[in-house]
Amino acid sequence: MAAPQPGATDPSVIRNFCIIAHIDHGKSTLADRMLQATGVVDERSMRAQYLDRMDIERERGITIKSQAVRLPYRADDGVSYVLNLIDTPGHVDFTYEVSRSLAACEGAVLLVDAAQGIEAQTLANLYLALENDLTIIPVLNKIDLPAAQPEKYAAELAHIIGCSPADILKVSAKTGEGVHALLEEIVHLIPPPVGNADAPARALIFDSVYDTYRGVVTYVRVVDGRIASRERITMMSTGAVHELLEVGVISPEPKPADGLGVGEVGYLITGVKDVRQSRVGDTVTAAQRGATDALGGYQDPKPMVFSGLYPIDGSDYPELRDALDRLKLNDAALVYEPETSLALGFGFRCGFLGLLHMEIVRERLEREHNLDLISTAPNVIYRVMRDDGQELVVTNPSEFPNQKVAKIFEPIVKATIILPSEFVGTVMELCQQRRGTLLGMDYLSEERVELRYTLPLAEIVFDFFDQLKSRTRGYASLDYELTGEQDADLVKVDILLHGDPVDAFSAIVHREKAMAYGTMMTAKLKELIPRQQFEVPIQAAIGSRVITRETIRAMRKDVLAKCYGGDITRKRKLLEKQKEGKKRMKMVGKVEVPQEAFIAALSTTEVKK
Amino acid sequence: MTPLGIYVHVPFCASRCGYCDFNTYTAQELGPGVDRAGFHEHLIAEIDLAAGALGPREVSTVFIGGGTPTLLGADPLVGILDAIRRHFPLAPDAEITTEANPDSVDREMLDTLRAGGVTRISFGMQSAAPHVLAVLERTHTPGMAREVAGWARESGFEHINIDLIYGTPGETDDDLRASLDEVLAADVDHVSAYALIVEDGTALGRRVARGEVPAPDDDVCADRYVIIDDTLPAAGMPWYEISNWARPGAECRHNLGYWRNADWWGIGPGAHSHRSGERWWNVKHPTRYAASVAQGVSPRDDGETLTREQRATEELMLGVRTREGVLLADARHDAEALVRDGLLDPHAFAEGRAVLTRRGRLLTNQVVRALTRD
Repeated sequence: MAAPQPGATDPSVIRNFCIIAHIDHGKSTLADRMLQATGVVDERSMRAQYLDRMDIERERGITIKSQAVRLPYRADDGVSYVLNLIDTPGHVDFTYEVSRSLAACEGAVLLVDAAQGIEAQTLANLYLALENDLTIIPVLNKIDLPAAQPEKYAAELAHIIGCSPADILKVSAKTGEGVHALLEEIVHLIPPPVGNADAPARALIFDSVYDTYRGVVTYVRVVDGRIASRERITMMSTGAVHELLEVGVISPEPKPADGLGVGEVGYLITGVKDVRQSRVGDTVTAAQRGATDALGGYQDPKPMVFSGLYPIDGSDYPELRDALDRLKLNDAALVYEPETSLALGFGFRCGFLGLLHMEIVRERLEREHNLDLISTAPNVIYRVMRDDGQELVVTNPSEFPNQKVAKIFEPIVKATIILPSEFVGTVMELCQQRRGTLLGMDYLSEERVELRYTLPLAEIVFDFFDQLKSRTRGYASLDYELTGEQDADLVKVDILLHGDPVDAFSAIVHREKAMAYGTMMTAKLKELIPRQQFEVPIQAAIGSRVITRETIRAMRKDVLAKCYGGDITRKRKLLEKQKEGKKRMKMVGKVEVPQEAFIAALSTTEVKK
Repeated sequence: MTPLGIYVHVPFCASRCGYCDFNTYTAQELGPGVDRAGFHEHLIAEIDLAAGALGPREVSTVFIGGGTPTLLGADPLVGILDAIRRHFPLAPDAEITTEANPDSVDREMLDTLRAGGVTRISFGMQSAAPHVLAVLERTHTPGMAREVAGWARESGFEHINIDLIYGTPGETDDDLRASLDEVLAADVDHVSAYALIVEDGTALGRRVARGEVPAPDDDVCADRYVIIDDTLPAAGMPWYEISNWARPGAECRHNLGYWRNADWWGIGPGAHSHRSGERWWNVKHPTRYAASVAQGVSPRDDGETLTREQRATEELMLGVRTREGVLLADARHDAEALVRDGLLDPHAFAEGRAVLTRRGRLLTNQVVRALTRD
């Protein structure tokens, strides 16, 4: 029996599934084994983490953009099946993208490291999968590890999803043990897709990727009808019509096909150059006699975290602009607009889905576009009600009104933290400090606890994850989802250098934390700013009220006492170096501040002396 | 023709002081292939080579430094001077200096050096406080400097200098005052005082890096400088360079040559030379140096030709260190701001010169940067 061909595959032999797993729990390795086991990749062309395309993904071991691969599989019952493995992004910032990937599947492999147990992110995605009515196949991975405790974590998993520990598959993606059994389970447990082949075409976009050579490649799951090549299609959220240049499947390299039928997963190429024209969650239909009702669940991506990005070398500004323009083609969630900072010069105010999204964008700008960047402390989006009843949306401390305001609203999240029970006290203390409200606490097993908190997003954005990791020696995992907003007593703290405010250091913080922020920043700057000829006060202020102050004493001596025949060349070079350094100084009023001081002050880690 | 100075570097010490990063070697550090005894022959060989390159030119100053030149012995040092005299006309009032450690000379040696033509001697006393000398790992004992200065006077040296180091970890203001009392009691006519600089790669540098001793504090050094600059002028020795004080007429003419960007020729391992905007320096290790001159090959290691801009920078950087200062050409506007900030002397500024105030001497780097702004 020949393998079913794309566009001519009976839905009854299709199994659409994804793998839900925490970073490092072996998802990519398992995907690699499946590629090999189904024969779509031979030994010779196999490379580790085949499906992770970006360098950053391979290095960090995480998947940022998802992919879908079609695996023909001849099962033990003699039937040739088509398994579509839809890879999901693995981080908290991309919950929406994850939900769309899940919506394209009927089942999910829940993959958990047998030496570590389930993590918060995985749990959150598991709940998301259950909400989407997916069939869950629980699997413990890495059973080959000496530290593996499959019995213990099987009990934990069984407790969470309400099955018997005996139902949990045990595999080693590394050695391949148990992978065949898993493929058989996928075939037998996950239901085939159901759709109306005669209805107008409807396909869900679950990913959209910009390719330099081909333009935007859109990944879809056909729900009803058929998408045929050389048709015209409509994006239902915008009504935009595009020519379909190519339709195909990934197996694991792109293979053009005549079309895609009910339940099939593949890609479309329309020649558009911007992923915004082909948005995740949108419904694709035929331009003529198309569907009238879109598939549900579409949302516009909404940036929640904002930060200023500046080139360290001001002359790199045009390169930064070009790089952002190019990155935007592949990132529908990235927003930015030009911004000028007294301290940092010309840059961009950028909006991100979350912290990881921010980190990834920054890293891609630096790595793929060879830029050196400074970013200002991230802040969230605030809604400010002024006394006169006007409403203001603030994404930058500089927009924060100076006069009295009636109310300020900040975004809040529901956070799930999974941690070893011994750290519960210290993590609760952290959440308390971060203005958290405990929602609930569950023991997943004797040693592992799930904590649920409501927390202001602003508190999570500010080094919460680092704190959590250091307080739990790296054992805690965190997930959060936005749940709304709350009004809070927030103020803007300005940092003044010799009386002049430094815009890059202004922050919106809770009134009770204003002092702590001011003390931290002034102390940091005192260490970082070299002594000047005159005394320099560093102050933190709310409006015109100074709340804390440090002083950089005047410099009294800078000269090398000794200068004779031998060291003239050395001394001149030292002087030339100093002058070079001066050129990199930024003037804040009369005060010379080295660029490095801004960078170090804006990093969340402690100042190292 | 600008005056020519000759510098002779003797790269030997009996032991290495903890703070020193100079090109000098103890017997153990020296290694095989070269010997301290007879090393003056190599220096003389280089003088012969230099004479061929320079031609006859009047030499106004000679400075034998190190290291510890007196470790060579008095007769070899005089032999070096004789070699210089053989090739170059020495000015009738030539200043001929040698450095010495207080514990490396005796009366007989001083008599021999003086008779051999040495006019000026410079003793490395550094401090009168035993605990400071211990941190510096100096081998002499307090009091020695006063004694040897007395011997040198009796031998008939025209000028005697004492070197001081201030700001050493553990030194107090009173320790420094006691050192200055000792200097004044020694009745010398020239004092050089340097703030201790902790150099990477020295024993002291490693101790500071390990946190065993604190690094010298700039504010403390500034205070100590003020003490020195109050004391010495009151005893008749005004400043004539940032780190040098002397009775009028007792200024070191050789060193003034450096600050006035005159020409000098350096003899010996690692010695630097300067002639009309051309700088070069010799190979550092005595073994390589000796091998080179023994074959009649210049021991030059590398060099640089200064651009006009670099020369101007150096002239300012060096000249502004002296009491006479530098002529202000096109930097008047920047200088005015420095006068306002109390770094440059207003009277000298009115006459078109940049001369440092005491505050300016402590912040010379800022002054030089401001005046060489491009």
